[in-house]
Amino acid sequence: MNRRRVVITGLGVATPIGIGIDAFWDGLLQKRCGIRRVEAFDPSGLPVQIAGELPAFQLGDYIPKSYRKSAKVMARDIMIAVLCAYHAVTDAKLVTKCIIERGEHPGPTNVDSTRFGANIGAGLICADLSELAGALSTAADEQGRFDLRRWGAEGINNLTPLWLLKFLPNMLACHVTIVHDAQAPSNTITCCEASSHLAIGEAYRTIARGDADVCICGGAESKTNPMAMTRPHLFGRVNTSDNDRPERASRPFAADRAGSVLSDGGGLVILEALEHARARGAKIYGEIVGFGAGSSASSWSAPDPSGRAIAIALRKALADAETPADRVDLLAPFGTGTRNYDAAEAAAWNEVFGSRLSEIPAMTTRGAIGVNGAGTGAIDFAATVTALARNTIPPSLNTSNPDPASRFRFVQDDPKDARITHAVTVSYALAGGQTAALVVRKVEE
Amino acid sequence: MERRVVITGMGWVTPLGLDIESVWKRMLAGESGIGPTTLFDASAFPTSFSAQVKDFDLSDFLGADAARHEGASRNSRFALAAAARAWRAAGLDDHAQLDRTRVGVYLGGGEGPLDFFPFAEAALAGCRNERGELMPLDTVRWAETALRVLNQTNELEQDPNLAGGHLAVQFRVEGPNINTLTACAASTQAIGEATRLIQYGDADVMISGGTHSMIHPLGVTGFSRLTALSTRNDTCLTASRPFDRTRDGFVLGEGSGILILEELEHAKRRGARILAEIVGYGSTADAFRITDIHEEGRGAIAAMQRALQSAGMSPKDIDYISAHGTGTEENDKIESLAIRGVFGDRVGLPPYQGGTQGGHVLISSIKSMVGHLIAAAGAVELITCVLAIRDGIVPPTINYSTPDPNCSLDYVPNAARRIPVRACLSNSFGFGGQNDTLAVKAFA
Repeated sequence: MNRRRVVITGLGVATPIGIGIDAFWDGLLQKRCGIRRVEAFDPSGLPVQIAGELPAFQLGDYIPKSYRKSAKVMARDIMIAVLCAYHAVTDAKLVTKCIIERGEHPGPTNVDSTRFGANIGAGLICADLSELAGALSTAADEQGRFDLRRWGAEGINNLTPLWLLKFLPNMLACHVTIVHDAQAPSNTITCCEASSHLAIGEAYRTIARGDADVCICGGAESKTNPMAMTRPHLFGRVNTSDNDRPERASRPFAADRAGSVLSDGGGLVILEALEHARARGAKIYGEIVGFGAGSSASSWSAPDPSGRAIAIALRKALADAETPADRVDLLAPFGTGTRNYDAAEAAAWNEVFGSRLSEIPAMTTRGAIGVNGAGTGAIDFAATVTALARNTIPPSLNTSNPDPASRFRFVQDDPKDARITHAVTVSYALAGGQTAALVVRKVEE
Repeated sequence: MERRVVITGMGWVTPLGLDIESVWKRMLAGESGIGPTTLFDASAFPTSFSAQVKDFDLSDFLGADAARHEGASRNSRFALAAAARAWRAAGLDDHAQLDRTRVGVYLGGGEGPLDFFPFAEAALAGCRNERGELMPLDTVRWAETALRVLNQTNELEQDPNLAGGHLAVQFRVEGPNINTLTACAASTQAIGEATRLIQYGDADVMISGGTHSMIHPLGVTGFSRLTALSTRNDTCLTASRPFDRTRDGFVLGEGSGILILEELEHAKRRGARILAEIVGYGSTADAFRITDIHEEGRGAIAAMQRALQSAGMSPKDIDYISAHGTGTEENDKIESLAIRGVFGDRVGLPPYQGGTQGGHVLISSIKSMVGHLIAAAGAVELITCVLAIRDGIVPPTINYSTPDPNCSLDYVPNAARRIPVRACLSNSFGFGGQNDTLAVKAFA
């Protein structure tokens, strides 16, 4: 099979420490933490009251004026994706329908819509609780109990007719493809925290085999709402013991890690066929050269302690990249801060990188931004690619007290300059058993 | 050389039954799997009927292993059952040399239902004060009740990738495990992308298809509010009327379709029985509107053309199209227009409407019989394509009585038709303008 080379030409992120790749990167270098007490609603009834909320944003800044009324059918997850898409497209200097209609470029477009695809990871989008609960509460019987017949006969009319469309996971990709006019292969991966890596990997394959020239890919999810903060608590995955010191709550691979910290966020990146990028003189961050995915055969709700499924993804990605482990000079482990998953992940990296693991510089953004579900991996990917392009490794927050079993060499204080040629990033689903890894490398001039 | 991908096993769970051959017979006889909804009390909803799966017990499929999946959602259970049949039919139970890191899962798995009654209890607690009066949501009061009544397993099972997680454990596979949820296009997309993974060399075998049940209070609520469902409560058996002028919406179904996709040489080496070959796949986005399909069927046309092109085929090579054919006004009109746009003079009318017998492409929608399985629809429909190729017979579109001038193709009305079927397209289109088409061909 003819395999085309695929490069990264645009990065768009929304994170609690900054929106847009430059603000986010500055936040990492300055060791900012985006975790604090939740402000969007009163969290005092929940065991966990802290999360990573996004800085305020206006959706209107990222879409054509004519599209503003569509915001009414966008769950927050969708808004985050639309915001990231704008940042990715502008960072890549793509001239899309959105950019022209916003009057930011006279046109014409520099990407053929029929060769422009999308692959966007999404989570289980939570209903707007006040809207749904408010509607349900109208269907109570005389004793104040919920009455299904009243709901079916009348109550349902309290939901707006397009209600369902706000929460379909593929609506992230649908809104993004409409706004930017991307008509080529379009997919929505829903594998929890592994979604972004799987979406980027699939988009890489789509371009490599020639089914598209440009893809916008990654993921986005909002977890800072009452439903999303209650569900993982039921699974015992979130940190409930650090409400009084939020900036220290997310401690990936730490000896005293106490669970993950939820956030809002997303990342969309522009992947592009190398020749297409060169032909339009695009800035090239790096090349994506390896993709590997695996699955846990032991459990859908807990990791195999050996980290086997993660190791499979890492090995496959390295083999796909034809890159031996000893040529890798930056690692980006996932590190959700949970007792069992961090242990399993550390075991996997140990197995694949062996004694060299403690010598290779590593980075994780988890301490600064927590876990937002489907968008987390793309933010990591964007951070990794930026480090590769800038030859700078940012410090990793809350990693100064490592679990002895975790042998990563995280940067603690000032950013570290280092020539980086090959970097590996990984993610896994906190439920379901899916794993994925990606390898990026520098493109020689 | 390009790696070829063949189908070596199939299984399904449908409103017409639970095994391949008996369901296929019922489809060819034009039977309907629709009836009053009994999974919950739907009697007061605008639509009180659906196409439910009946008499389903996971232990009939997994034996003692069913106990491992206690608490699994209806989605996961349907997928496990269909996959167990497909896996056994493919002879993989007995294949000891399988490299399980090269066997994966790619599903169009739906989200599990909200744990509705506990959720409603918490909603009422959060929106009513001590005197029972309505008030704006108080999240503190809500959380108090939610933390008490919501159940860990039921919450976990809502994630759409859980069905894939169950399959990986049941069949001990460690390759790529991916779930797509492109609404009603999901399982067609899953099979297309799984095919690409094998072609590229990322896996040798994929368990692929879809699973979904939205026959639950909020599922029916969502579709009812969109006015997407048929409301023929008094004549529900004949309510699903794709392409008929009297159509008034789709009928919600549920179930799963699973196929074993395998790299040709891998299948040959182990002496597997080859059922058909997947030769083409096209995926596009309308990039038009969230609420409407592109008026000219732009995305649908492009998906069919991409499927044909990647198969190295032209319209004259296709004998049957398994239509998306939901029975909504808009879909059926635009899908017919799109098929006409791609197939040109290869379309025709049925004999009794003045068409010729043979020579043109046949189109039908099995949704007339099993309803719309949403994320699982495409996989079940692809299975019928494989059976149509095998048996040289095309399943009918039932409940067809009144031709619609906007849908003037040969939809194989009411009676199955015998024709040699060399190759088929299977269309699936999702809300928001997601279009996916597969091309499947007799193996030679």
